[in-house]
Amino acid sequence: MSTQHDQRLAPPGAAPQASALRGPGQEAPPITEPVIELEGVSVCLGGRTILQEVTFTINPGEFIAVLGPNGAGKSTLLKVLLGLIRPSAGTVRIFGQAPRRGNRLIGYAPQHRTLEGALSLRARDLVGFGLDGHRWGPGWFVSGGRQRRAIIEEALAEVDALALADMPVAHLSGGEQQRLLIAQALLSQPRLLLLDEPLSNLDISHEQEIIALIARLCRTHGMTVLLVSHDVNPLLPVIDRVLYLARGHAAIGKPEQVITSATLSALYGAPVEVVEALGRLFVVGVDI
Amino acid sequence: MINLLSYPFIQNAFLAGTCIAIVAAVTGYFLLLRGLTFAGHALPNIGFAGAAGAVLLGLDPLFGLLAFTIGAAVGIGLLGRNLRERDLAIGILMTFALALGLLFLSLYSGYAERVYSILFGTILGISRLDVLLSFGVSLLILISILLLFRPLLFSSYDPEVAEARGVPVRLLAVVFLVLVALTIAIAVQIVGALLVFTLLVGPAATAGRLALRPGAVILLAIALGLLYTWLGILLAVLSGTIPVSFFIAFLSFIVYLPARLIAPRWQRRPPQPGALPAAGAGLSQQASAR
Repeated sequence: MSTQHDQRLAPPGAAPQASALRGPGQEAPPITEPVIELEGVSVCLGGRTILQEVTFTINPGEFIAVLGPNGAGKSTLLKVLLGLIRPSAGTVRIFGQAPRRGNRLIGYAPQHRTLEGALSLRARDLVGFGLDGHRWGPGWFVSGGRQRRAIIEEALAEVDALALADMPVAHLSGGEQQRLLIAQALLSQPRLLLLDEPLSNLDISHEQEIIALIARLCRTHGMTVLLVSHDVNPLLPVIDRVLYLARGHAAIGKPEQVITSATLSALYGAPVEVVEALGRLFVVGVDI
Repeated sequence: MINLLSYPFIQNAFLAGTCIAIVAAVTGYFLLLRGLTFAGHALPNIGFAGAAGAVLLGLDPLFGLLAFTIGAAVGIGLLGRNLRERDLAIGILMTFALALGLLFLSLYSGYAERVYSILFGTILGISRLDVLLSFGVSLLILISILLLFRPLLFSSYDPEVAEARGVPVRLLAVVFLVLVALTIAIAVQIVGALLVFTLLVGPAATAGRLALRPGAVILLAIALGLLYTWLGILLAVLSGTIPVSFFIAFLSFIVYLPARLIAPRWQRRPPQPGALPAAGAGLSQQASAR
């Protein structure tokens, strides 16, 4: 499987393909203001405090890994940014504005699970949801044409999945489905990409492909990326900073600043040891 | 056969059956997508209790049917997405409704034929007014689904992303189930409460096994629904005594069975690269697909 994929996948750093995302003439003006600002944000769900007084700022074009143990509020944080969960205290600003549902500047791919009844859904249908799935009406009359097809195929090409366009989604591997979800998220021409555990359930070669793909989008399109992961190691070569969540608190900074015994012990409120072995970082002493 | 078709009550059965087959196939498709098949089974049973209550009060059973199915649909729509919790709640609700239906039946001392026809349907008793009613309600359901089509499809497959993209997922869930309730209310008069489920789920389940894209599944489901209904009515009329719902359920089953057992080539998962391909055909199919 890996050999086939490697042939399809452009080598990291290869020239970007012509993009549906930023055609000439619609070049996004460079943003200098922060993409995300959180100030003293707390979130309570069902009487439980998930996030407590979280404050951080993320700048345009940054590639951020969101880390932390299960239940630390990583997915909740993404939902706050999407306007799906309202914080109980504090202010959230996205591109200088309050979060709202249906913000086209944000592309979102939730934690992947098997799609229901995906047998009779082709890859291009799934990706097409990102373009007009939220619009009323049947859509056959208004946008069924060649232009829609071209936009979807460009997004598929962007994630090296053009060859899968007519395959039933249920027949695709975890890595292939993950590409489709990213392509779908790209269709609203977002400037911020929120990816929840895109690397879970992927074997190592597919993990590397997806990381290279996201890094390429981040670097060539100046897209800001928040990627939730349970393992920072495969991401270390590409990320700018990490946002580490634990016990409702957050620490943000360069990996070498945040993933240290001192910082994480303070975050967890318990002794934590960061161990480097086999060229990888391991956090021990707590249930990760 | 031409003679049979000249009878007005048979014409009425065909006209109403056509409307019902179409809307049941369309709503059934979304019911399957949304993992709501159990709700599709429960709603007619809940509706039966409503109809029995209306009969007891001396009202048109249709009113009781509508009140109970729509009430239950709104409730189920608000239950949210947790599948196991939802199905448990639906199960409890359904058995409660069936108990109520039983109570109403035991209190009712009148003509049992009316209740029997709610359970099993009646093709002989369909008036021209029933046909017009079926037609009007079907049109309403189809237009609603056309208007809701893209967000409904999106939120059926991926409610989380749909919600993030601004689709009112909760509201859509409730509106959709009300449309299902309306479908059931008009379908009960032909196929009866016990076998409405057949027309809702049978055509869509078979079509989902055969077609590759949402639009094709829906069209195929409609075609199958029409086939089952028309053939079912014809066979019921020819047989004289056997109810139409038997034939519809029977046809639905014998078409589903081969579609399920012998999944067509394009629906089968191609052999995974790395694993040894089972046959040369599989290999070439895969090579061309990639």
